[in-house]
Amino acid sequence: MSFSFLEFLKSLVELTTGTYLRQVWGAKPWVDPTLDAIGVILVATFGLLIVLVLIWLERKVIARFQDRIGPNRVGGKYGLLQPVADALKLLTKEIITPSGADKWAYNLAPFLIVITALMMWAVMPFAPGVVGVDLNVGLFYVLAISSVSVVTVLLAGWGSNNKYALLGAFRAVAQMVSYEVPMILSLLIPIILARSMSSVDIVKAQTVPFAIVVPISALIFFISSLAEMGRTPFDLLEAESEIVAGFHIEYSGMKFAMFMLAEYISALFMSGLFTTVFLGGYRFFGLEMIKTASGFALGNLIGLIAFFVKMFVVFVVLVWIRGTLPRFRIDQMMDFNWKFLVPLSLALILVAALVDKALPVGVNDWTRAGVHLVSNVVVGAVTLEILRRNGRKQRTAHEEVRENADIETAAAH
Amino acid sequence: MDNQILIDYLPIAVLLGISIFFAVLLPVLSLTLGPKQGAKRNLAPYESGMTAIGEAQRRLPVKFYRIAVLFILFDVDIILLVPWAVTFRKLGLYGLYAMLIFMVIFILGDAWVWKKGVLEWD
Repeated sequence: MSFSFLEFLKSLVELTTGTYLRQVWGAKPWVDPTLDAIGVILVATFGLLIVLVLIWLERKVIARFQDRIGPNRVGGKYGLLQPVADALKLLTKEIITPSGADKWAYNLAPFLIVITALMMWAVMPFAPGVVGVDLNVGLFYVLAISSVSVVTVLLAGWGSNNKYALLGAFRAVAQMVSYEVPMILSLLIPIILARSMSSVDIVKAQTVPFAIVVPISALIFFISSLAEMGRTPFDLLEAESEIVAGFHIEYSGMKFAMFMLAEYISALFMSGLFTTVFLGGYRFFGLEMIKTASGFALGNLIGLIAFFVKMFVVFVVLVWIRGTLPRFRIDQMMDFNWKFLVPLSLALILVAALVDKALPVGVNDWTRAGVHLVSNVVVGAVTLEILRRNGRKQRTAHEEVRENADIETAAAH
Repeated sequence: MDNQILIDYLPIAVLLGISIFFAVLLPVLSLTLGPKQGAKRNLAPYESGMTAIGEAQRRLPVKFYRIAVLFILFDVDIILLVPWAVTFRKLGLYGLYAMLIFMVIFILGDAWVWKKGVLEWD
């Protein structure tokens, strides 16, 4: 098969360029590695460049929430080039290593955090057939890579030779490590439902999006991924008013920018992961499978657009939460995790496994979804009832103490 | 078989290479473009504008250690749960019962930890 430019363009729109080039080049040993390399270069560049859009989007949206206009000078009326200007400014700042810092730990931290943020994108399915690499342990790979960020935070905090940084790092590690537990536990339920850890298989299994099948797990995953990224309302690790900026206080110029870069990349990645695992990924009412009469796979393009729209909607919800909610106190945050999210997600796993086992094998997807939804609603209702009783008990105890105190003061007079 | 698995992970190795390239590029660019004043004052650790007092790397409160130990316990539990979640259909009733018994023991331990007050932050 010879190369034709028109066919090449068509394959670009169809998102099947890989298959097309494979046909053109034939079966030679260098073909697969080259195509893989091109694919992952695209993924990594995408990860880096999308940050410019994200920073602009977040600043613009948060400005609207606070009744401001936001960036509006650099790059026309909408301030589109503001993030580029910021990046250039950061590039021309002095890079320092503070005195007394542990040089290796201090310099390794920003380096590692960027690598982990970029590596996670490898298993994200953007559209049918468009995925960096479809690992059969996809979600496990994501969890393994994202755990490295805990080590980076500790390296940064310890290496900086700064009290605020160390305090911020301890808080950050305690928080990230705690919220990792409910995050993984709630991620197990889609794995049980899809019977696979591959991100592509999980998307394929979602005839009904898992956010509808198991809404409580989706909510737990969303909340704990917020905490995992350290975004509001869980941004204690960089609480500006208490510990100035937390673990990255001593970093300047591009090294500081690398932390910001990684933060935004992983925020978008978590939105993408939520989309993939709970919102059906690139699926859009079956439209992602359509082909025109001439054999043109228009569906791939629709899938890509659907995925990006969903991912950015989730990202805007993250910004929305940042614009709305105040910060938690650390004891509230830990209590919420260990006394509420973890027991609830353990219970949800058991219920999901029992329900899935009780259903006959050849059951229709919609019935299965309905039964799981009902079981989830029941678990939710029971949880609310327990919370209500607990709250009432605490309130009565509190009131009794106050009444006794009142009586004592009255007696003293 | 072994070879096939390695080929599956090849793109990841390439991605790792590219990520390392970008991660090195950014500070190197900054080093070349940025000024080098090397003023001693700039290198002092930040402590609200004062000269830093005492050691920065001090001992940490024990509550962080408790959280770390709890996390390890849960992580071991999770490592057992992950492969089970993928294959539990194939394991049949035996797999379900085995995991149920394990979970009951685990939840009992968790309840004990809770009652002992390990989960209290202050």
